[in-house]
Amino acid sequence: MQKNLFLGVEAIGQGAIDGGISGVYAYPGTPSTEITEFIQANELALQKGIRSKWSANEKTAYEAALGMSYAGKRSMVCMKHVGLNVAADAFINSAITGINGGLIVTVADDPSMHSSQNEQDSRFYGKFAMIPILEPSNQQEAYDMVREGFELSEKLEVPVMVRITTRLAHSRAGVIRSEVLPEKEVVLPADPSQFVLLPAIARRRYKGLLEKQELFEKTAKKSKYNEYIKGEDKSFGIIACGIAYNYLKENYPKDDCLYTVLKLSQYPVPQKYLDKMAKHCEEVLVLEEGYPVVEEHIKAAFKKDIQVSGRLSGALPRDGELNADLVAKALGKETQLGADVPELVVNRPPALCQGCGHQDMYKALNQALDKYTKGRVFSDIGCYTLGALPPYKSIYSCVDMGASVTMAKGAADAGLIPSVAVIGDSTFTHSGITGLLDAVNDEANIVVVISDNESVSMTGGQESSALGKIESICTGVGVDPNHIRVLTPLKKYHDMMVQTFEEEIAYDGVSVIVFRRECIQAAAKRLRKEKKMKDNPNK
Amino acid sequence: MKTDIILAGVGGQGILSIASIIGDAAINENLFLKQAETHGMSQRGGAVQSHLRISDCEIAADLIPLGKADLILSVEPMEALRYLPFLSPEGYVVTNTTPFINIPNYPDVEAVLAEIEKQPRFVAIDADKIAAEIGNKRASNVVMLGAATPFLNIEPEKIEAGIAHIFSRKGEAVVEMNRKAFKAGLDFAMANK
Repeated sequence: MQKNLFLGVEAIGQGAIDGGISGVYAYPGTPSTEITEFIQANELALQKGIRSKWSANEKTAYEAALGMSYAGKRSMVCMKHVGLNVAADAFINSAITGINGGLIVTVADDPSMHSSQNEQDSRFYGKFAMIPILEPSNQQEAYDMVREGFELSEKLEVPVMVRITTRLAHSRAGVIRSEVLPEKEVVLPADPSQFVLLPAIARRRYKGLLEKQELFEKTAKKSKYNEYIKGEDKSFGIIACGIAYNYLKENYPKDDCLYTVLKLSQYPVPQKYLDKMAKHCEEVLVLEEGYPVVEEHIKAAFKKDIQVSGRLSGALPRDGELNADLVAKALGKETQLGADVPELVVNRPPALCQGCGHQDMYKALNQALDKYTKGRVFSDIGCYTLGALPPYKSIYSCVDMGASVTMAKGAADAGLIPSVAVIGDSTFTHSGITGLLDAVNDEANIVVVISDNESVSMTGGQESSALGKIESICTGVGVDPNHIRVLTPLKKYHDMMVQTFEEEIAYDGVSVIVFRRECIQAAAKRLRKEKKMKDNPNK
Repeated sequence: MKTDIILAGVGGQGILSIASIIGDAAINENLFLKQAETHGMSQRGGAVQSHLRISDCEIAADLIPLGKADLILSVEPMEALRYLPFLSPEGYVVTNTTPFINIPNYPDVEAVLAEIEKQPRFVAIDADKIAAEIGNKRASNVVMLGAATPFLNIEPEKIEAGIAHIFSRKGEAVVEMNRKAFKAGLDFAMANK
């Protein structure tokens, strides 16, 4: 059987195509971005016309995916963990409306915060919405779970969450594909009130969701992804969730684990397995990536006194990503350690690329604000967040998508004048527009910098929803056109940039200064492509 | 057979292209493979690593445990030292000696190289210089791949075939130049390991 060398995210993309989706909806976010990129570039997906363009944010993506499901077709929505916060309203309520065509929500968590602001565990959200969660332990399972997940969603009549973490997302392994399932036809829900969450209907549907919990648990008990492996030594049990199962296996390369193991990859946690474990085990260790979701659950679910250990007990660290070494320590096994890192090795933090337009913008901003006390610049999420680091040290906040505009407004309301927001083009259309509307309606005295590099750069240069629309959006929201300024961030325009800052800081009202220059990574990519076209015009 | 490799470098230096050539050869040999990469924020000029595991039996974890790597293959000398805790006592360090200096506090280069020479088993090669002599500075990663090949447990011919396969789209001249770069790295490692 031919193996495809797939990243976990690519396996999910292929699984969705082969599972018969008609559309994928997403906003870029590490470590989930490449799922959608894979589908966008996949030949079969292009041939079938699978809808895959980027959405403005995770909420619009989620709602569109739900709309496709309403119309009877299979759809998937993908995001990073914090993206689910943005989509949470739609997500929680979609468990109550239920689905029509199969709907999978794939969420990629980032324990250790490699590229994120927190390490929240999406399994909590799954539990909160009371829907089934699939958590693959490897790339093959990621493919299979997504391919089969649409049918599971249709059978259980709710969205199904697929939860992965950075390590699985960005690790490659051989994956064997199965047959491609056909797309569904447009068929509307049998009950026309299904999606109308008026209180009377919502109460009825919520009861239905509660009643279905037992079915979800039974389905998880029967799932081929959950496995109860009886050990010789029954006194000690291990529950290994998702990718943690691999770290357990790594510690027993000869398959010589003597303990009872529950490999857990489909939730809710089947109580029958816990009851089985409770019969023999005096102690149970929980290996899970993220928060102590299962550890907390089983403490209450075991009907007798069993010692439970894991991230809460201190057997494993409370934060950060797991690995085989941490699991070895929790099992009381000896670990090996190579040589120490020599003292002369220094950190090499990420930095803005040489020649990036954000650099020129920050240099001008720093000079314009030099005469004021520090701490007046609120920023956002994107490459320009690196402006917090030396040599710029320009910004004082990075909280969530769009927060720069609204935090600057709040600080100005409090009397911090001047107060400046720095936001990127794509972050602006993701969640900055409504904040700008608040500022206009409240006649706030702020300067909003939109550092527009015409792409979503931190995640690898995806197309920005803001492209070609920023000035008209600002005008439409009500910003005075005289105070919408557009500049090119280049060294040669430095003085003009500083002067523009000074003028707009002096203006008592909402100003928007757009610094527009193509991302240099995107420019380099474009030039390479153009050269290729010139060299091989037939390709 | 099992080979655990830490690939190291700086975001943008192209360590993933080395990984993909080795991965290609491993899959063609019907070996099992897992390769964990760094994507996202740290790609912007930060330290990047990739864990590449090749084996003739199934591989469990995507990450190499501490003290278990057979090889650190680094395209930058200071980055080679960063991952020493992963190296097995019998493992090799194969590193480029040309530093990539994008931070103000980069340590003294001589001191960095002296640390590498303290390692029990290492190959330190000026891949940038060798690549320039061959005629394309951008081939330095292929020089590094050549230098690492004696430690991969995959026949050099198979890796060379992988190079030919990956560069075939770019024409015979590019393939030939990369073959030369590969050979130069391999010869250097065989003479200096």
